[in-house]
Amino acid sequence: MANVEARDLTARPPGLRRRRFLDASFLVWGAVATLVGLGTLAALVLGLWADGGSRLNAQFFFSFPSSNPAMAGILSSWVGSLLVILTTAAIAIPLGALAGIYLEEYAPKNRVTSAIEIAVNNLAGVPSILYGLLALGLFVQALAMGQTILVAGLTLALLILPVIIVATREAVRGVPHDIRQAALALGATKWRTTQDHVLPYALPGMVTGVIIGLSRAIGETAPLILVGGLTFVAFLPVHAPGEPLSYTVGRVDEYGAAIDPDEMVAVHLARGGAVHTPEGAELAVAPGATVEAPAGSLVETTATFADAAQSWAPWHWLGEAFTVMPIQMFNWTSRPEEAFRDAAAAAGLVLLAITLLMNGVAIWLRARLRRKIRW
Amino acid sequence: MEGVLFLAAAVAIAVLVGIVYVVLSESVKFFAAVPIGDFLTDTRWTPLFEDAHYGIAPLLSGTFMSTLVALAVAVPLGLLTAIYLSEFADARSRETIKPTLELLAGVPTVVYGYFALLMVTPLLQRLIPGLPGFNLLSAGIVMGLMIIPYIASLSEDALRAVPNNLRDGSYAMGATKLETAFRVVLPAAVSGVVGAVVLGMSRAVGETMIVVIAGGQQPQIVTSPTQQGATVTAFIAQVALGDLPFGTLEYQSIFAAGLALLLLTLVFNLVAFALHRRYREAY
Repeated sequence: MANVEARDLTARPPGLRRRRFLDASFLVWGAVATLVGLGTLAALVLGLWADGGSRLNAQFFFSFPSSNPAMAGILSSWVGSLLVILTTAAIAIPLGALAGIYLEEYAPKNRVTSAIEIAVNNLAGVPSILYGLLALGLFVQALAMGQTILVAGLTLALLILPVIIVATREAVRGVPHDIRQAALALGATKWRTTQDHVLPYALPGMVTGVIIGLSRAIGETAPLILVGGLTFVAFLPVHAPGEPLSYTVGRVDEYGAAIDPDEMVAVHLARGGAVHTPEGAELAVAPGATVEAPAGSLVETTATFADAAQSWAPWHWLGEAFTVMPIQMFNWTSRPEEAFRDAAAAAGLVLLAITLLMNGVAIWLRARLRRKIRW
Repeated sequence: MEGVLFLAAAVAIAVLVGIVYVVLSESVKFFAAVPIGDFLTDTRWTPLFEDAHYGIAPLLSGTFMSTLVALAVAVPLGLLTAIYLSEFADARSRETIKPTLELLAGVPTVVYGYFALLMVTPLLQRLIPGLPGFNLLSAGIVMGLMIIPYIASLSEDALRAVPNNLRDGSYAMGATKLETAFRVVLPAAVSGVVGAVVLGMSRAVGETMIVVIAGGQQPQIVTSPTQQGATVTAFIAQVALGDLPFGTLEYQSIFAAGLALLLLTLVFNLVAFALHRRYREAY
């Protein structure tokens, strides 16, 4: 210990300038890295706007897809998305909420409960396309439910179930025990306590989870491709009486062209109308008349009251073929013609607006919750 | 009431068992026709050809390549973002930036696919002459941007969970903020950070639409990210896009591919879960 150098402890340690410089420079590096994420969001919005902004008009929202890019619109796909999401919500919200309440309030500590917890945790990490395989193998094949709105809604409901279960559990867990004990002490049953005293406080947290789950379901594409979402749908599953009704007859591919050009279909129109053949010819049809039209023809007529009333019953539209917005966008993106690109971008803008809005509301709600609630 | 609640919760088990059962039962039919050895060792995947080969290697190579590119983008950017937000940014900018980043996670993947094919690929083609219109590089980069929020947000949670007295100790020894962040806080939070990365990886492996749209659909052994190639997920989607030939070997092959995907993500999730548990037990 003899040769310990005497050091001036007030002097700057060696290399301090360099270390301080590195420290300060991270403010730049960190900000740049953060900006890449934020910049991506901006690039997405601006890029889509540049490509598709000009297409966002009433015609786009109220036209069917078409093989003519300038005419193509998202009417059947946004109505399809709406009906599919209604179905999803009707299945996933009660199921997820009840499951979450069970796990948090009722579940005994046993093997069955931990099996359910492991299942929920694993389901959250299963790629969405595997839910598509489940739907294809079980709903479409084994149960022969067809490639319908019901199957699509059910598939997406199973997909977002873990999101809603986890959000419900967190929200219910956040309600203090005093509140339960106060209700139980007054003689309320367990379910009364849960229903009247726990759920009202847990509701905002549950709503946050539901919004995030549904927004994910709206944007989901892959599992719906497996249950037949990529079909050419140029009709709406629901109508109003007297509303112009147009649909394509015969077997057509996903772009609306006839699979067998020689196929003829008998078209009977109670209220009359017109048939546009793929060759561009137009045949007027008198009320009550029947004409032979080649496959791929577009029929224009008026919905009768019976047509309309029947179409609004859920058991009717649940069994209809569907397309949804992300699949319509995918269809347009994957077409070789560049002219469909702006339609794809416009559909992307609509999707982005809906999902960003829903996520924004959920994030805002969560932040508000964190700040507002002080038990 | 309790019975109804229990049934609702039991649906989760039914769904998981359903997925495993459907994928396994069709795979069993598939492996009755295709020896499992061929599946694992054949280097060609050509189920649609006259001379059909069913080697999973090309699909796995596509999946690994796109995931690798995604991680190369997302791990440095996500980690730097997490460190910046947790250690450097003030509370106010953190409270605005983090939710905005989380919005990125809500963007539909088909929109990311459009972004990759029609915006990122043309940009890359200017930088890399001869880059094909479909390539795993562009798909991987965009997938990386997609998983940044997962990695950044979860890593930031892990970093913030490190107790302040570790930081104070480091400052007291004369370390700068940067040195503290990289040599004290990051090592203390490592299991949470690695868990976040594994979770992002599992997202990338299961991602479908970006690679279907921008990555190409020709299964081949991929050795460079500038090549086009099909991933496991892209193959499943591609077959489903045609008329599904129920009951044929081609139909069963998408379930066999699904089995490979299920096993891959299951392993990733288990690793992430184990790491998460370790990190929770740390303090």
